[in-house]
Order: sequence, then C-alpha cells, then structure tokens
Amino acid sequence: MDWTALGLSLRLGLVTVVLLLPLSFLLARWLAFGRFRGRGLVEALVALPLILPPTVVGFYLLVAFGRGSPVGAAFESLFGQPLVFSFEGLVLASLLVNLPFAVQPMQNALAAIPPNVRDAARCCGLSPLQAVRRVELPLALPGIATAAVLTFAHTLGEFGVVLMVGGSIPGETRTISIAIYDRVQAFDEPAAGSMALVLLVTAVIALGITNTLARRAAGRTGP
Amino acid sequence: MTAAGLAVRLRRAAPFALDVAFEAPAGSMTALFGPSGSGKTTVLRAIAGLQAMDEAQVSCGGEAWTDTAAGLTLPPHRRPVGFVFQDYALFPHLTVREQLALSMGHRPAAERAARIDALLELVRLQELGDRRPAGLSGGQQQRAALARALARDPQVLLLDEPFAAVDWALRESLRRELVRLQRALSLTVVLVTHDFEDVAKLASHLVVIERGAVTASGSVQALTGRNAVPGVGGWREPAIALDAVVDAHLHDRQLSVIAAGTLRLEVPAIAAPVGAPVRLQVAAREVILASQRPEGLSLHNVVEAEVVAVEPASHEALRLVHLSVGDIRLLSLVTVDAQRKLALAPGKPVLALIKAVAIEAFA
Repeated sequence: MDWTALGLSLRLGLVTVVLLLPLSFLLARWLAFGRFRGRGLVEALVALPLILPPTVVGFYLLVAFGRGSPVGAAFESLFGQPLVFSFEGLVLASLLVNLPFAVQPMQNALAAIPPNVRDAARCCGLSPLQAVRRVELPLALPGIATAAVLTFAHTLGEFGVVLMVGGSIPGETRTISIAIYDRVQAFDEPAAGSMALVLLVTAVIALGITNTLARRAAGRTGP
Repeated sequence: MTAAGLAVRLRRAAPFALDVAFEAPAGSMTALFGPSGSGKTTVLRAIAGLQAMDEAQVSCGGEAWTDTAAGLTLPPHRRPVGFVFQDYALFPHLTVREQLALSMGHRPAAERAARIDALLELVRLQELGDRRPAGLSGGQQQRAALARALARDPQVLLLDEPFAAVDWALRESLRRELVRLQRALSLTVVLVTHDFEDVAKLASHLVVIERGAVTASGSVQALTGRNAVPGVGGWREPAIALDAVVDAHLHDRQLSVIAAGTLRLEVPAIAAPVGAPVRLQVAAREVILASQRPEGLSLHNVVEAEVVAVEPASHEALRLVHLSVGDIRLLSLVTVDAQRKLALAPGKPVLALIKAVAIEAFA
C-alpha cells in the first residue's frame, strides 16, 4: 500500500474540486442562461474530454505545458520550475479533463429552474447576485453536489492523462492509479489489490453520496 | 402601501410588433384583455422591467421606471411591483413564510415576522405558512403567490392570468378574494386575462389588446354599454357591467336592493353590508321591453327607461336596443318583429323588465 500515492491523489482530488466548482458554476450558468452564438461549440469543447482518449488529451496537454510552449514558458519564468512533471501541472490538467464532469450536472440543474422562478426572484426585490445566492444556488444544489463527487472520484481514477503530463514521480505526481499500475508491473499483486480496493470503495461511497444528496434535494422541494 | 397610477407606452418591432399606450389609474383594477398571443403578458413583463423594448416609457406616480429616450431602465428589483405569475413561480425550496421573508428586503428584520403573520392572515394561509409549495393546493399556491407579491409593499400589483390554472369552482372564490384585497388595500392592479368574466367581475378599467395594439380602452361600465367593443364584441354576448352599491336588505323577502345612479334593482339577497360596492352584470338577452306595466308576473324589476339607439345585432333577425335610465345604460336584445310591434326608436319611453335572478351581482 502506497500511502504517499493515496495522500497525493486525495490532495489532487480536493484541490481540483475546490478550484473547479466555482469556475464551472460560472461556465454552467453562462451555458444554461446565456443566449449567444457559438454556444454549441463551447458545449462541445467542454464535453471533449469525455470522448477523447486520455492519452490523446494527455499528449496535447504535455505539448501545451512543455517548456517550448507559451504556457509552459510563462509558468517556468513565474515560478522557477517546469509545469510538466509537477503537482501544479497535474492540477491544471485535472481541471481541464474534469470540466465536463463539473459543468454538465450544474448546467442541467440550472437549466431545470423555470424561467419564471428566476424572474420572480428579481420581482421579489433580489439583485442579480442575491438571486443567485438565494434561489439559483439552492435549487442547483443537487447538481453542484453531483459535480463535486464526480469530479473527486474521477480525479482519483484518472490514469492516462496523469501518466502523460506527470509521469510517476513519488510524492509529486505518482497518484494512486499510477501506483497500482506500477505495482502490477512489479508483480506486487497484494499491494495493487489493496489500492484497487480503496478506489473501488471510494467509487461506491461517492455514488452513494450523490444518490442520497439527490434524494434529499428532491425532499427539500417536497411539502 | 401607497397606490400610484401607472402610465405605459411601449413599442417593439420584433419578434412580433407591439405598440401600446395606456394608463392604469391609482387604486383601481385595470384589465388587459385580449386573445392569447396578443402581447398582453409581454406588456406586463415590460412594466416589471423583465422585458426590453425598442422604445418604452413606463412611469408610476410620476416616477419614471423606464424611459428609453433618456436611457433610463430601472432593473426589476428596484421597481416596487408585485408580480403574480400565471404558474405562480413559487420558490420550490422555501416555505411560504420564507418566500414572504425573501420579498421583505426593504423592511427592517425586526418587523418581518409580524408582517408575514399579517399577510398570511390576509390571504387566509395562517395554518400553512411552514409548508413548501409542493404541499399546497392550486388555490393555496395562488394565494401564497399573491401574499409574496404583496410582501414587497408594491405600488402596483401585476397579475398574469391569475385564475387560468385553477378550476372553475375555485376561480369564483379567488376572484372574490382578489376584489376584497384590492378594495381593502386600495391597490393599483393591472390584470392580464383572456376571460371576459374576469373583466366583467373585477376590473373597473379595460384595455383591449389585439395583435400587439390597443383596440379599445376606457371604463368597463362605458365600454360594455357600447354595442361592439373592438376585440370584445365577438367574444361575448352583449351584456352590461355596472358598478353599484348595496342600498338595502329586504330580509323578510330574502332580497337585496342595489343602486347605480337612479337605477334601483331587486336581486336575490347578497351577503354584503349596506353601502358595499357590487359589480352587476345584466345580459341583453335577459332584458324584456314593454310598453305597459305588466300584471301577475313573478317579476321584481320594472324600470322606466328611454330608447337611445337601435343597432343591428349578431343575428339579422335581432336588434340590440340601447336604453338610458338617467346616466345608466342598459342593453336589450329583441327580435326585429318586437322592435316593429313596440315601434322602438330613439326617444321612445319603454319599461325594461328584468328578472331578479337574471342579474349577476358580484360583491
């Protein structure tokens, strides 16, 4: 059992959730309520990581984060270390590949709010910001919870992108998924098995939480 | 709550042309009447600031809410309006009390609880304040929406087809509630409806909107006295709507007397005190004309009137006779044959016979 790898995966998952949820909420809200040309294109771009093979996503990110790219060069001149094969690089990659898991549940939840309910919030004297806080956020809560759980669970399990962008540096980029692969390569089946079990249990708990939250949210709108 | 009049002028080219101008007098109920898709709801949304227009002037009690010429558009949350949506648009995650509290941002927190109690009592939902919308019936949801709109202490109450989503039996009692509230609080109300019953029973002013334009406007009493109100004529049989008051109760005969100007009518006893306002409707087909006082009929009302005009009606064998009783107008639908026999022509004195049960009194 590679505790360092598990700790790193949990840290990556939490950092991703904390950073991604607010950004995704804004993007989801824009997609759910905005009327603009090219919305279909933006939605397709958000969904892209669902369809592209992780190695392909990882390859492009590796190129994009590399020293030769503007992003990689800018990061290195700012922080004095390369973006690829670093925890920071993993976080950035994780934010991008988790975009659909965070945006889509929130977009669906927001789009399900009847337009009259949002108008009613304004007619009750709420400013646009207050309407978000008092009406949209609570009504989208099941979607937000689903987004958080899916993002977290998916981050723990990501393999291809992590391997391409981060490699397998212990304590820096070797996540639990990489560690499992590593142990299997070394014919250390017991270690691989116990770590696989951790991910399995995590996935079951995550799904349990999402379902319970969704049910409770449905109950909140009941009598 | 201060009642203020509303002046509205709106113009828009697309997606469908809209060009309307009207005023809603302070402290009274104005109905925007017309068929579905005529633009009524759009007008209401523009008043609330929810809908942009190419050109718009909306002012309330002299204060401009929208003036596109001056580049002024007050956002919806800065307009003191209460909006009751057709589907009520209650917040599904909040109890009735929480919805009312949400609309009281303008009041000090210490006052809110007492104000919520008062509003719940006003709409008779005292027992249900802690329920969420899903736990309320359709009529209760409508009253909750009304209470939420009133919680803002609005200068103008905007109602979009408020009775469309409730069944016929409930509609009548909700109408009575609304009339009671409107009178008790002397609210300025703008009501959108495609049901002329709402106009005849509730409104004192009428604005007819067809295909995005105002085709008629004025007091309901004056407009229903005309033969063909554009946009209304085809929608209903000729009937007059009158504002009257309860004049007396004849308890031994189980009758009430109601008066409008010099017109006094006996109707089946109504449950409103003497002096209370009553809305009357008398259908033209229910008014019989006679040249002499009849004997031995079950009739209660024999009214001396004078023929003002005789007009063609919807059927070629019928005539619509306009009568005056002092300042009050009545309509009578008669056959061409009857017109000939009685020699009905402008200036002719006649007796109008009206059954007590033919008079619809809405108090």
